[in-house]
Amino acid sequence: MNMARKESEARRDAIRVDLQLIADMVEPGSRVLDVGCGDGELLDYLVHFKQVDGRGIELSTSGVNACVSAGLPVIQGDADTDLDDYPAAAFDYVLLSQTLQATMAPKQVIENMLRIGKRAIVSFPNFAHWRCRVGLALQGRMPVNESLPDQWYDTPNIHFCTIKDFVLLCDEMNITIERSISLDSTGRARGIGSGMFFANLMGEQAVFLLHRS
Amino acid sequence: MTAPDEHSAAGFEAPEISHRTIQLGVDEPLRLDCGAELRDFPMAFETYGTLNEAKSNAILVCHALSGDQYVAGDHPMTGRPGWWEVVVGPGKILDTDKYFVICSNILGGCMGTAGPKETNPETGGPWGLSFPVITIADMVRAQAMLLDALDIPDLFCVIGGSMGGMQVLEWAALYPDRVFSAVPIACSALHSAQNIAFNETGRQAITADPDWRSGNYQRQGVVPHRGLAIARMVAHVTYMSEASLHSKFGRKLQDRESVAYGFDADFQVESYLRHQGSTFVDRFDANSYLYITRAMDYFDLAERYDGILAQAFQETNARFCVISFTTDWLYPTAESRHIVKALNAAAASVSFAEIETDNGHDAFLLDEPEFWRVLRGFLDGADEQRGLLG
Repeated sequence: MNMARKESEARRDAIRVDLQLIADMVEPGSRVLDVGCGDGELLDYLVHFKQVDGRGIELSTSGVNACVSAGLPVIQGDADTDLDDYPAAAFDYVLLSQTLQATMAPKQVIENMLRIGKRAIVSFPNFAHWRCRVGLALQGRMPVNESLPDQWYDTPNIHFCTIKDFVLLCDEMNITIERSISLDSTGRARGIGSGMFFANLMGEQAVFLLHRS
Repeated sequence: MTAPDEHSAAGFEAPEISHRTIQLGVDEPLRLDCGAELRDFPMAFETYGTLNEAKSNAILVCHALSGDQYVAGDHPMTGRPGWWEVVVGPGKILDTDKYFVICSNILGGCMGTAGPKETNPETGGPWGLSFPVITIADMVRAQAMLLDALDIPDLFCVIGGSMGGMQVLEWAALYPDRVFSAVPIACSALHSAQNIAFNETGRQAITADPDWRSGNYQRQGVVPHRGLAIARMVAHVTYMSEASLHSKFGRKLQDRESVAYGFDADFQVESYLRHQGSTFVDRFDANSYLYITRAMDYFDLAERYDGILAQAFQETNARFCVISFTTDWLYPTAESRHIVKALNAAAASVSFAEIETDNGHDAFLLDEPEFWRVLRGFLDGADEQRGLLG
C-alpha cells in the first residue's frame, strides 16, 4: 500500500508536457473543472500539487471509473451536452485538453466553458503543422502521426482546426486570449504572440488561456 | 440461533429475539411529515468498529426495503451472514478496523424499531394500522435522533443502496452540515410511476390475503403469509435482470425431466421465487411492508424545494459518489444521472460511475469488483480529505 503510494507520488510529478503547460497556467487553490479528463492524469496532478478543488467530466466509463477509484471527483458525461447543467462562474478554470476537436459543437463548448468558468484553458492539435501540410500537399493523404494516430475513418476527431483558425474564432466570439503557447514536435514550447505564421507552421499542438472580454 | 424451516410460513411465529435498542423521542417527540408525533419510541441498531476520539470516523449505513440493522456478522434470526457482509468488516471496504459503522433498523421496520409490529405504548397492543404513515425523511430524522443519543456530531459517510440511497439523499438535504461524504447507490430522487406500480401490486397482494384481517392479523394470531410471499416474489423479479434470470435459470425444469402439465413449479425460476417468497415471510412483517413501500412511493426529494432538485443540495458541502448499474431497470442509470445533474447545478463535489453488470438492481449487494474498486477509491479519497489516514 505504502509502496504503491510512493510509486504513484513519483509518477505524479511527471505528466505529459502539454498537460504540464496547462497545469502551469492554473493558480494554486483554485476551483477547476477538467472536461474530458481521461484517466485523471492532469486532475490528479492539479489536486496534489496545486491543491485545487478539482472536478472532472469524462465520456469513457473506463476513464471515469479509473478516476473515481483514484479518489478524484469525476462524472461520466459529455462536453457537448452536460456542461449546460453547471451554474455560471462555478469554477475559476475550465480545462479542455486535446478534446475540442472531438466535440460536436466546439463553439458552443467554448461558450459554455467561459460561462461556467472565469477562465478557460484549451489545448488542441494544430492541423496546419508542417507535417500535416506536407502530407496533404505531397502525399495527398490525411495526416496520421504520433499526435494524430487514427485513420480518417476511425478518428474521434471530427472538428479539426489550425492555430490561426482558433485565434480567429476567439476574435469572432469576443474572447480575450491571455496566453497562447505552441508546442513543436520535440515538446519545445513557444509563446505564439505575433509570430503567428511560424507558430502555425511549427506548432504540433497549442495551449490557450482564455477569458471573456 | 437456528434458521427457521423455510417452508413453515403458515402460522409461523418468529422466535423472540432481543434486538439492541435505544429509546428516542423521550424529551422531544419526533414530528412526522403526516403531522403525528412519536414519543418515547424504540430504535434498534447495531454498531461495528470503534468510534475514534475525534468522533470523525462514523459511517451510517442505510438499509433497503427488506434489509435491517444486521449489516455484518450472522443474522440472529436467519443465521445467515448480514446483508452487506461482503462490504462491511475488518479489512473490507467499510473497514471496521478504521471506521465506526452504524446501522439502524428504519422507522416502520420490523426488527425492533418502532413500526406497526411493535407495541403501541398507549394501548399495550400492536400498532397495526394505527401506526402513523411515515416518510423517508421521517426515517432520516429518527436516525439523526439516534446520532444525537450516541453523541455523534456528524458522519464521515452516509451510504446506502436502493431505499437506503434515498435516505442518503435525504440526509444531505436535511442535515447538510452533518454529512462529510454521501454515497447513494442504485436509487432515485423520486419514486417513478413504475416503482409505485410494483409497490402497489405488492400491497394489493398483502391486503387481498384473507389472513391480513384488515391489518389486525397479529391480534388474531394469523400471518398473511401468502400475500406477503407474492409481494416479495414480484419485487424480487424487479431486483434482477433479464440477463441474470436467463443465465441463472433459463427454461430449466425443477426436479423433473419434462413439464408436468399442471401448475406446480415446473420451472426452476418458479421454484426459486416461491422459495424467496416463503423465506421472506419468516423474517418480515406484512404491515411493515405496506408502510415502508408507501414511504418509498411518497419520496420525491425535489417536492419540498418547488420541484427543483438542485435546491435540495444547495447547503451541502458533502462529497458525493453516485453509483448505478447498467442492468438495473428498477432504478435505471438515467435516475442517477438526474441526481448528478442536480448536484452539478448546485456546484457540489460529485463522482458518478455506472457499473457494467448483469446483476440488475441487486448488484449493490453482490460481489461486483468494479463497484468495490470505485467505492474503495472514493472512500480513500474522502479519507485523505478528512485526515483519517494515519
